Amino acid sequence: MANMAQAIRMALHVGESKLGVKDIFGQDVGAPLGGVFTATQGLKTAWNTPLDERGIISMAMGIAMAGDKCVAEIQFCDYIFNTIDLLKIAGNTNWVTNGNYTLPLVVMTPVGAGIRGSIYHSHSFDSWASRLSGWKVVMPSNPLDAYGLLLAAIQDPNPVLYLKPKALMRVKGEELIPGEPADEKDLKTRIDAPIGDRTEWKPRWPELKEYYVEIGKGKITREGKDITLVSWGRHLLLCNEVADQLKSEGISVEVIDLRSIFPYDWQMIKSSVEKTRRILIVNEDTEVTNFGEHLVYRCVQELFYHLHARPRVLAGKNLPGIGLHHNLEEASVPQKADILREIREVLNEEP
Amino acid sequence: MLFCLQGALEGNSLGFRNELKRLPKKRALESQVKCIAGTRDTPLRLMYLSHMAKKEFGGLEPQLLLKIHDLMVKSRVLEERLIKIYRAGESYFWIGGPGEEAWGVALGLLTRKGQGLNYDFLHLHYRCTPTLIALGMPIIDSIRLMMNRVTDPSTGGRNFSNHYCYPKWNVAPVTSPIEVQYSIALGTAHAQKRAGQKAITIVTGGDAGTAEGDFASCLVWASRKGRELPMLITVQNNKWGISTQWEGQHGEEHIADRARGFGIKNRVINGNDPVEAYLAIQEEMDYIRETGKPSFIEAMVSRLYGHSSASGANPVPNEIDCLKDFEEKLLKAGILKSADAKKIWQDYEQEGIKAQEQVRSEGHPTEESIWENVFVNNENADWRKF
Repeated sequence: MANMAQAIRMALHVGESKLGVKDIFGQDVGAPLGGVFTATQGLKTAWNTPLDERGIISMAMGIAMAGDKCVAEIQFCDYIFNTIDLLKIAGNTNWVTNGNYTLPLVVMTPVGAGIRGSIYHSHSFDSWASRLSGWKVVMPSNPLDAYGLLLAAIQDPNPVLYLKPKALMRVKGEELIPGEPADEKDLKTRIDAPIGDRTEWKPRWPELKEYYVEIGKGKITREGKDITLVSWGRHLLLCNEVADQLKSEGISVEVIDLRSIFPYDWQMIKSSVEKTRRILIVNEDTEVTNFGEHLVYRCVQELFYHLHARPRVLAGKNLPGIGLHHNLEEASVPQKADILREIREVLNEEP
Repeated sequence: MLFCLQGALEGNSLGFRNELKRLPKKRALESQVKCIAGTRDTPLRLMYLSHMAKKEFGGLEPQLLLKIHDLMVKSRVLEERLIKIYRAGESYFWIGGPGEEAWGVALGLLTRKGQGLNYDFLHLHYRCTPTLIALGMPIIDSIRLMMNRVTDPSTGGRNFSNHYCYPKWNVAPVTSPIEVQYSIALGTAHAQKRAGQKAITIVTGGDAGTAEGDFASCLVWASRKGRELPMLITVQNNKWGISTQWEGQHGEEHIADRARGFGIKNRVINGNDPVEAYLAIQEEMDYIRETGKPSFIEAMVSRLYGHSSASGANPVPNEIDCLKDFEEKLLKAGILKSADAKKIWQDYEQEGIKAQEQVRSEGHPTEESIWENVFVNNENADWRKF
């Protein structure tokens, strides 16, 4: 099975060969590196930019304004913060021009902790991004969704922020991408750039098929009846593990992979909570004004009389950064044990 | 109108005398008489004016000079109308650039206007009314924007005055965060270069905003060796940043010196002279279309009414008025008649008054419309309805 980096690479190949993408760019995105996570290796429209995040976002906006499609990358989301007003402008352009100018562009950036990235390679951006009105924001948790969400993002007429959970970039999927060779080695030989001199190397792309994950639609990854877990990105996998573990104890956990931060699949959450009557939202962005708090607010407002326990958010600690030592990182962002503890507490609450 | 014939016959110009000799005697005589009477533009008079224009106005034809003057007046009258609307309490805020007509009109006239990659892209700032007027924007559309009506074609009543947006002329949305246009312009230039149709991207901005990093981004990205972008990068230097003077903001002698550091062809011009501005812009545009490389113009301009409502939109003393100067030159050269000049001012003033009256009766944006165009095709963006 392809890993997430390969899935993204294949989606970008489909984007440039079938969907009209003319530019894939960012720092170290083009040859020879092909991206710090190798997600842009071998792409014919990939090119390297100056080390200038504002220039990268601006370039994407201008290309979109001119009517061309592009995918831009900010190497780590920790470095996207100095572009925040440009992201705001990209999000408000269609609105403030009353529909005169649309900006169909994709910005992708790796997010989250889990690779011992210290202060400036561990940050999350999902909660920040949820405040960028006019943008759609997606975050896959597996290679197939990474592929389908990226193609959907490319096809979307709005600006789309594509958040890549960096700790999952080497995690393999459980389902084949349409057209992906079943043999992992075959795929690797075809599309992974060799170590060393790459000047003569060219990928041999498999016959990939278009596959779309609709933006705004979540996915139930574990069905259950006792509690609803909502998560996205890296922590979705932890939630799945926890659900599987608790199953042996007779606790039935329903896990929702939100996949889209905005627009989000409220109907899926609502239906699930009406069934389980308990909800825990898990993510690793910092906890104060966390996006999960918005979902909890909505649960309180719209599902209050269905609830048998206080809805909760388990998120990253409200700290200036994530320390490099593993003790520091693990104490800063939710771990499996934290999720288990929170679930038990929610389940132990009496209505 | 005696100066017309006198000037010609006194023979300051050999060219004109030669032209005169070529006319049949009778026709020449008739023309001279009519010219003296000043009743209409005879061939002789036109010929003389053309000659004078070429001599005194950089070779530009009288017809073009009169057009530039006309558009400058139109823009000035409009900007002053906008200020009146603000002062009358019919708008919340005014921001604009009266005093930059010489530069802005020339730029608009020279732009290859149209929609798409075969035409020039314009990334303008809030002092761009003269350019929009030269492109063909009706006065009433600017007033609609000023008075926040739903009929405002740029924003539908959502943004400030002078924040224009005209896709049909590749005019990118003017934004309040100054200088972001310098880096966004890189993208349209990049797409134009790929399209290979000799279309260029034009970006304008103020001197104070060049302190922003986006200005530096523009210079860096536009000048990369082998990847140069077809851009006319310009700064309209009025030596003010809202209320802070040039000396408090800059160490460099000229902003153009920064372009020189990147190997970008550059010049500093008198932006108060429409002829100098026209000729400089034309020359740089030709260079960019021919080479595909960027060029930089720093135009020194005046600021006649302050930055915006924030400074009261009051007249600024001791500033050169480019329109007043140009009009005097045209009158002195006999290219413009004083009666015609007066009529031009009056007509545009009347047009402005009528437009304001009409806009008063036009609709306002509705409360229900706030969710429109958050997403393309009005896809729902209200989370309450997810």
